[in-house]
Amino acid sequence: MEKSASEIIQWLPHVGLSHFLIVSAILFALGIYGIATRRNAILVLMGVELVLNAANINFIAFARYGGVNFPAAGGFDGQVAAIFVIILAAAEAAIALAIVLNIYHRFQTVNVDEISHMKE
Amino acid sequence: MQLFDIVFFVFAFITVASAFIVVFSRNIIYSAFSLLFTFFGVAALYVLIQADFLAVTQVLIYVGGILVLMLFGVMLTNKVVNVELKGGTLHSIPALILVAVVAGTLGGIFYSTWKDVPAPATSVATTTTKTLGEMLMTSYLLPFEIASIILLVALMGAAMFARKRTKL
Repeated sequence: MEKSASEIIQWLPHVGLSHFLIVSAILFALGIYGIATRRNAILVLMGVELVLNAANINFIAFARYGGVNFPAAGGFDGQVAAIFVIILAAAEAAIALAIVLNIYHRFQTVNVDEISHMKE
Repeated sequence: MQLFDIVFFVFAFITVASAFIVVFSRNIIYSAFSLLFTFFGVAALYVLIQADFLAVTQVLIYVGGILVLMLFGVMLTNKVVNVELKGGTLHSIPALILVAVVAGTLGGIFYSTWKDVPAPATSVATTTTKTLGEMLMTSYLLPFEIASIILLVALMGAAMFARKRTKL
């Protein structure tokens, strides 16, 4: 235990791949928490955006640090993947907001726990 | 500790702290505006790992597009005059346990597997935009075209969903 604690203290100030990955893990967990607990549909969407951002950080961090197994990779495939994630996030946000507006017109609420029936 | 490390910790702190506010704030408006800081912090992290094009894209699309869309959604679906902007939470204790387990597992895996990855020797000297453009037009041409079709379909679908329902 002592050893691992001193290891962490030694590891912390030298920023490398794992630091970015851990920031993205924290963002991912917060996004999941937002999705799971929020009642307002728009806040659920914000949680989804946090999760997508976490995935993007992972993509780009691995692209930068080359990956342990692919030292010859040019390091840009991850960035292209991140571009596609951003594209899909934009499309998803537009569609989801349209759906939320429709739900609001119909039910006069956007709380996801109150919208429990599929047919009027 | 070099300048790189200090800058990383500053922006990582901004990102994580504002993400906490997004998730735990009782007020939807506060959540939306601290999402702004989260997106900017993530863009700064992109700059730190030398993804300059993606950082600008992040600011343009997330902050300029998605966040504004979210704010419109908040304004249109809440009775702002009634100050009914509270967003309640559901079963937060089980979710908290689940999330703690997820975060611990992910963080442990990330730490134990990749803590010894050496820093890349060379830095990308020029901008990444040219390379990314060439890759999108050569090896990623098909996904690129499909993405454009998806955007078109999403545009039409969103417009159709959101307009007033009329008899066809």
